[in-house]
Amino acid sequence: MKEYYELIVIGGGPAGLAAAISAKENGLNDILILERDQVLGGILNQCIHNGFGLHHFKEELTGPEYAERFIRELDGTGIDVMTDTMVLEITKDRTVCAVSPKYGYLTLKAGAVILAMGCRERTRGAISIPGTRPAGILTAGAAQRFVNIEGYMVGKRVVILGSGDIGLIMARRMTLEGAKVLACVEVMPYSGGLMRNIVQCLEDFGIPLYLSHTITDIRGKRRVEGVTVSKVDENRRPIPGTEIEFDCDTVLLSVGLIPENELSRQAGIPIDPRTNGPMVDESLQTQVPGIFACGNVLHVHDLVDYVSDEAARAGAAAAAFVKNGAANEGYRLVKTADNVGYTVPQKIAKDAQQVQIFFRVRRIFEESVIEVRSGETLLAKFKRTHMAPGEMERIALPKVLLDKAGDEITISAKEA
Amino acid sequence: MQVVYLIQRKRQRTGHEKGAAFACVRFEEGKELYDVVIIGCGVTGAAAAYELSKLQVSVMILEKENDVAMGTSRANSAIIHAGYDAPSGTLMARLNVEGNAMAEDLCKALDVPFKRIGSLVAAFDDYDEGVVRDLYERGIRNGVPGIRIIGPEETKKIEPNIAENVRCALYAPTAGIINPWEYTIALAETAVRNGAQLMRNAEVTAIARTQDGYCVTTTAGDVQAKYVVNAAGVFADKVHEMLLPPAFEIVPVRGEYDLLDRSEGTRCNTVVFQCPGPEGKGVLVSPTVHGNLIVGPSAEEIPDREDTATTAEVLAKVRERAKRAIPSVDLRQCIRNFAGVRANSRVDDFILLEEDGFVDLAGIKSPGLTAAPAIAKYAVELLRKAGLDAPEKEDFINERHVVHFAELDAEEQKALIEKNPAYGRVICRCNTVTEGEILDAIHSPIPPVSVDGIKRRCITGMGRCQGGFCGPRIVDILARELHTDPSKIVQDGTGSYILTGETKQGGERA
Repeated sequence: MKEYYELIVIGGGPAGLAAAISAKENGLNDILILERDQVLGGILNQCIHNGFGLHHFKEELTGPEYAERFIRELDGTGIDVMTDTMVLEITKDRTVCAVSPKYGYLTLKAGAVILAMGCRERTRGAISIPGTRPAGILTAGAAQRFVNIEGYMVGKRVVILGSGDIGLIMARRMTLEGAKVLACVEVMPYSGGLMRNIVQCLEDFGIPLYLSHTITDIRGKRRVEGVTVSKVDENRRPIPGTEIEFDCDTVLLSVGLIPENELSRQAGIPIDPRTNGPMVDESLQTQVPGIFACGNVLHVHDLVDYVSDEAARAGAAAAAFVKNGAANEGYRLVKTADNVGYTVPQKIAKDAQQVQIFFRVRRIFEESVIEVRSGETLLAKFKRTHMAPGEMERIALPKVLLDKAGDEITISAKEA
Repeated sequence: MQVVYLIQRKRQRTGHEKGAAFACVRFEEGKELYDVVIIGCGVTGAAAAYELSKLQVSVMILEKENDVAMGTSRANSAIIHAGYDAPSGTLMARLNVEGNAMAEDLCKALDVPFKRIGSLVAAFDDYDEGVVRDLYERGIRNGVPGIRIIGPEETKKIEPNIAENVRCALYAPTAGIINPWEYTIALAETAVRNGAQLMRNAEVTAIARTQDGYCVTTTAGDVQAKYVVNAAGVFADKVHEMLLPPAFEIVPVRGEYDLLDRSEGTRCNTVVFQCPGPEGKGVLVSPTVHGNLIVGPSAEEIPDREDTATTAEVLAKVRERAKRAIPSVDLRQCIRNFAGVRANSRVDDFILLEEDGFVDLAGIKSPGLTAAPAIAKYAVELLRKAGLDAPEKEDFINERHVVHFAELDAEEQKALIEKNPAYGRVICRCNTVTEGEILDAIHSPIPPVSVDGIKRRCITGMGRCQGGFCGPRIVDILARELHTDPSKIVQDGTGSYILTGETKQGGERA
């Protein structure tokens, strides 16, 4: 068995697939994808609703269809795939240890590594919902797997906490499968999901969305028997006297996604606490040379189309690294200011060409403007008619503009 | 004479008691008469079963839930206490120190995670300093090995993250941390391997005196035995009163906890207690054997003996107290809140009684987990005094081996996968638990029947994702191995169903 690959991609979901294909297109021939599940495609396999691919393929696909397009592209590329294979460790010198029933214990070396492990869902414990701990409390993604992959329903009367996209999608899915979705409860004064999902998954089915509310008690010893929902104040503290009781057997949680960077941390790759993903430059290279990151392991995306685009850039950059090695003449830091939660990348090589910067705003904006500054100098302004934390923002900065900047550039947002 | 009186008394109290007694007599013929029946398979019952299984006696353990370790034993601080807390001269003090000394060999033999990391009781003001001195003196009287009061410098050396204003601390090197439910499971499994029987989903509803001993009526049928051991935890008084006049009262006290991610697991090195004081019993901060950090507990009397709900108010207080000792603890790294109910009593001691072959192991409050193996030895003494006459087994198997894949080195992992490829399939990604380990558990002496049963044996779903990824796969594996439909697999206790039926196209899946 081979012990060296030019590129090892960790994860065979949308990010890993697009990254591997792009690396091949950019001249690498010796590529391995390691996937922990039995099949490629990642979370797309359980996203059987449509709405994928509008940007990338200019048509509307389901999750499995979108994944299938990429999986088919692998054919004839010579890219090796090992499924049912779990990476246990990555080191800074790009040694990858993995196990699988078929291949046993693997120790592999790579010219470059692309991290594409995706993300996981925030759980009940992370947000400390009081009450009992019966069956019937699931993350929306776990419920989605049961319903869409295993073919089993997870409840009959459902309250959904959080209005993230998976929760909204599951509200519709559970309703179509005959369950009664009583409410979608969101602690923030706005939804964390895409507007189209609010309309198509809640409004079209008459499911009430309770903004600025949260679950303050769960009852039931063996199985959920009911929940209490309370209104919260501006500091997200429950307001006594506002309790609403719901008689339900199921609570689905859609309260946020967290990039899965345990392997990255183990490898000593610096993590940005704002994104929970690695700090990267514009080529998506982490602080460890030769290790790149893309997709939801880097920062949580709203649309898979953008994951594919980002992964393609990571694949191209990894190919360049393998062929040319690292060559950078210093960096400019990208900083956040008013109303901007984070940026990716967090730094830009001084010799970079056009650079795309992704970020999310901290609250809802209507007519507004994104400002790019370097020190006191305003480098650029971008107008927006609407921005929301649930939607990823993107700006492109050409080289001529970057050349005017000092050692730092700052991104901020405000009302126009 | 007394026996007759008791049965009559019961009959007067509840109408159907007569029926139960009658059924008992009828079942007597042709039904096995066990030497000992143990009611309850928490750590106390399991330890008693383990100790009895060393002897040439027949043992039946009755458990009302679908698994062992389902009550207090599964939700506590997971501490092996040194023994300075209990009032000197009590059984509790003696059995604590004895149980502590037994833990190491027992855990080694039965492959239970245990680490003797020591404990500190930290003092932050004058009042605390007085408490620390009292505890020290009590510890000396109780025979706790190696305890001493250490100054602020040494305390900070042991615990660099302790609050700056620490005055001194009681250091107890024999304190440790353990996996409490695996301790219970290991003891029960070993008892079963040595011939003890376990009946699950068998809730005791009545106990009656018979010619040969006792008839214990359960929801799963009657059991006859010469001796009865009542290890019913928070229900021990109720079980006692099925046969005997009230002798004690169990006072359920709920303790709420936060369990933090492994990223916080090195925030402290020892079990850091605070002084019990006017504001309540001290809150501890401690690493767990799985590398997490545990913060808690509160102490609150509650009416419902099985109410393990957590509350925002109480946990807020627990967190505030924890910060007093370890100000830098990052409570945002919480991965789970939980609560356990302790079987306290109004007595400042364990209630270990024997009357006519009926043994109560009751009021097993903290440090019950620590004392359990010593309580079990004491229980056997009580049974012997009551007439149990049995020699030791010559072929007692005092070992248990569990594969913990994540803890092996690369060579061992490699060899294991070559031997059995199922060890190469990681099911729980947070804790790196393989399908091989899950299959081992399913085919162990006390096979788990629930997702949480697997969790208690393999630590699946105990990590950051809390079973979000591995839960559905474990349902699949359980259904496959138990030859049943996934919809029959429960999360935890009987009735904790996960799935409510097939989807509209569910039947069409491959």
